[in-house]
Amino acid sequence: MRFVDEYRDPAAARLAVAEIETLASRLVPSGEPLKFMEVCGGHTHTIYKHGIENLLPSTVELVHGPGCPVCVIPMGRVDDAIAVAKRPNVIFTSFGDMMRVPGGSGNLLEAKAQGADVRMVYSPLDALRIAEANPDREVVFFAVGFETTAPSTAVTLLKARERGVTNFSVFCNHVTIVPPLKAILESPDLRLDGFIGPGHVSTVIGNRPYRFVPGTYGKPLVTAGFEPLDILQALVMLLRQLTEGRCEVENQYTRAVTDGGNRKALEILSQVFELRPHFEWRGLGFISQSALKLSPEFADLDAELRFAVPGVRVADPKACQCGEVLKGVIKPWECKVFGTACTPETPIGTCMVSSEGACAAYYNYGRLTKIPVKSA
Amino acid sequence: MTGTAGPDTDGSGAGRDGGHDGEGPELGREEVVLERIEKWRRHRPRLKDEFVNSAHGAGGKASAALIDAVFVEAFRNKTLETMADAAVLELPSGERIAFSTDSYVVKPRRFPGGSVGHLAIHGTVNDLSMMGASPSWISAAFVIEDGFSVEELRGIVDDMAEAAKHAGVTVVTGDTKVVDRGAADGVYITTAGVGVIPAGVHLDARAIRPGDKVLVSGKIGDHGVAVMIARGDLALEADIPSDTAPLNELVEQLLAAAPGTRFLRDATRGGVATVCNELARDAEVGVVLYEHQLPIRNIVNGACEILGIDPLYVANEGKLVAIVPADQADAALAAMRAHPVGADAAVIGDVTEEPPGIVVLRTGLGGSRIVDMLVGDPLPRIC
Repeated sequence: MRFVDEYRDPAAARLAVAEIETLASRLVPSGEPLKFMEVCGGHTHTIYKHGIENLLPSTVELVHGPGCPVCVIPMGRVDDAIAVAKRPNVIFTSFGDMMRVPGGSGNLLEAKAQGADVRMVYSPLDALRIAEANPDREVVFFAVGFETTAPSTAVTLLKARERGVTNFSVFCNHVTIVPPLKAILESPDLRLDGFIGPGHVSTVIGNRPYRFVPGTYGKPLVTAGFEPLDILQALVMLLRQLTEGRCEVENQYTRAVTDGGNRKALEILSQVFELRPHFEWRGLGFISQSALKLSPEFADLDAELRFAVPGVRVADPKACQCGEVLKGVIKPWECKVFGTACTPETPIGTCMVSSEGACAAYYNYGRLTKIPVKSA
Repeated sequence: MTGTAGPDTDGSGAGRDGGHDGEGPELGREEVVLERIEKWRRHRPRLKDEFVNSAHGAGGKASAALIDAVFVEAFRNKTLETMADAAVLELPSGERIAFSTDSYVVKPRRFPGGSVGHLAIHGTVNDLSMMGASPSWISAAFVIEDGFSVEELRGIVDDMAEAAKHAGVTVVTGDTKVVDRGAADGVYITTAGVGVIPAGVHLDARAIRPGDKVLVSGKIGDHGVAVMIARGDLALEADIPSDTAPLNELVEQLLAAAPGTRFLRDATRGGVATVCNELARDAEVGVVLYEHQLPIRNIVNGACEILGIDPLYVANEGKLVAIVPADQADAALAAMRAHPVGADAAVIGDVTEEPPGIVVLRTGLGGSRIVDMLVGDPLPRIC
């Protein structure tokens, strides 16, 4: 594929890996690995899809961060979504990967099997279209995602208002990237040496909001694109910072990210949304000002108000140690419920929910590290 | 399967009280955990759901769990338990026949490159062919929704007739039922088929040996992507026709050129990844696939990239995976490429001794990853 394969060139990858190896071995002669967190779920996907972990030397370890927007939605919110979906006149619309995320009692796919009208959409605008085609039904969109997807929800709400669509509403679960990053950095037992910053989110918010990461917490951050060479180059840039004693925000994804972000998108966001005082994250608990809700001006399109969702909080099981896994304090297999009460079929914590969460990945692929794979 | 697993497989109590720190030496605990997962994975998945959902029809782990818990449990017999594409039955004369059935419920019923009518014939013909049989006779049953257009029905049946003629099979018996409006979505077709297996042909996953080559008969992912796009809800437009085609002639030529062929399976629902996982499990071998050798159309790759799905799991309706001894791989490849439906055939991987039951992909970048069984349908990702 043109404009894609260039970022997947094996020869260039070998060069980058060689540089990573050289830099890392100089930084940690003892062999104790350097740990870098890729914040974004999209990066985690690239890392698995292309087998990048397998290419890296043992001195560099990637820790998969909290940036998978479907995995961080707490069980109580999924239960609320299911309660709305099961109301008689409702067509409930959701992104595909949200359908299998478990609540306290089941997921949306199961609700669908039990008769709820749950439909998979690819964009909130599809949900609005369904509302226009079914004027006698209530159409609800399950909005999830970081600043990446929030603008498209905002545009949809503006369109709904403009076209006078009243049988459409949004169950808003949009979250913001900076607060969870802070929450992770605040942890006294943090064991991370740097961050690969999220690419898509940064196309909206820009690179400036991350300055506190080196400034306050003394960790380097490099915003990266989503192709394998982007990730490898970001690692090289992080290691160079450590080698040269620098600690700053750098931008690897210059083809899409600017310092100031996308002003138009930010304007629309502030027009449609406001910050929630606090929001619960699966595995991380309550984080203040970490999520968005519809602003009073759009209250009539807010599904939470329209349907009076139960709003029951379902606590993460006590034994779940996702928080520590996310901070790099423990490895997945060190969690007390890993592989017993918590498996990919019956996940408890955020790290097991997505197939790319740290725990699910280790559950499925952990053996690979023990298996010598013969090369072609 | 309840009760056959180890004491700690369902987590009953393990670690709940949080007082398990420091048990045993730290070294080796990771191995213990891996070992436990490994043991658990070797068990066939267990059905835990109270209601059937779409994942149970997707051909992955959930399907296997439902089939085991409900159907195999009730019908238990040696032939069924082989879980092959078709049952192999021995007649009193000593001749062997293959017998297979399948239902066709695709939405939309018509898509670029074919219709549900083509699928209903090709699917059953191909299931029989995978046992090395020459498909001959087909039955066809129709469940039709009240109010369904006769013209559309005629169109679908004409497609079936055309497909049958092309594949050299005869539709010899059938059934028609009409159900209330809303009780079915248009028309559902079930076909069954019978074919004779030539003497000396024994295709069986258990014959697979390390060192064998993995071949695929052409470009993968066309059908699944064509149908997804034809559904019209992707806001994607691309000219990708389905690959629906009968494979019986191709199989005949392949078996003539490479008589040592161990195993064939058509890579329908669940795609090439699912076929490789099933054969790795059944033959207790490893499979290593090479990403840069996978024949995939640019346009299919692009559509999959946008949707965040893996073409290895996308359905095909006219592609097979063949396991062939290394010394016959060239002959097998040449034979497939000599046939129009096998023109893009390729060697895509190796059968290895280690790791048993696991499919590994060597990525184009030079890394590797495990290609696992899917739980349900591949769902498009937002991130």
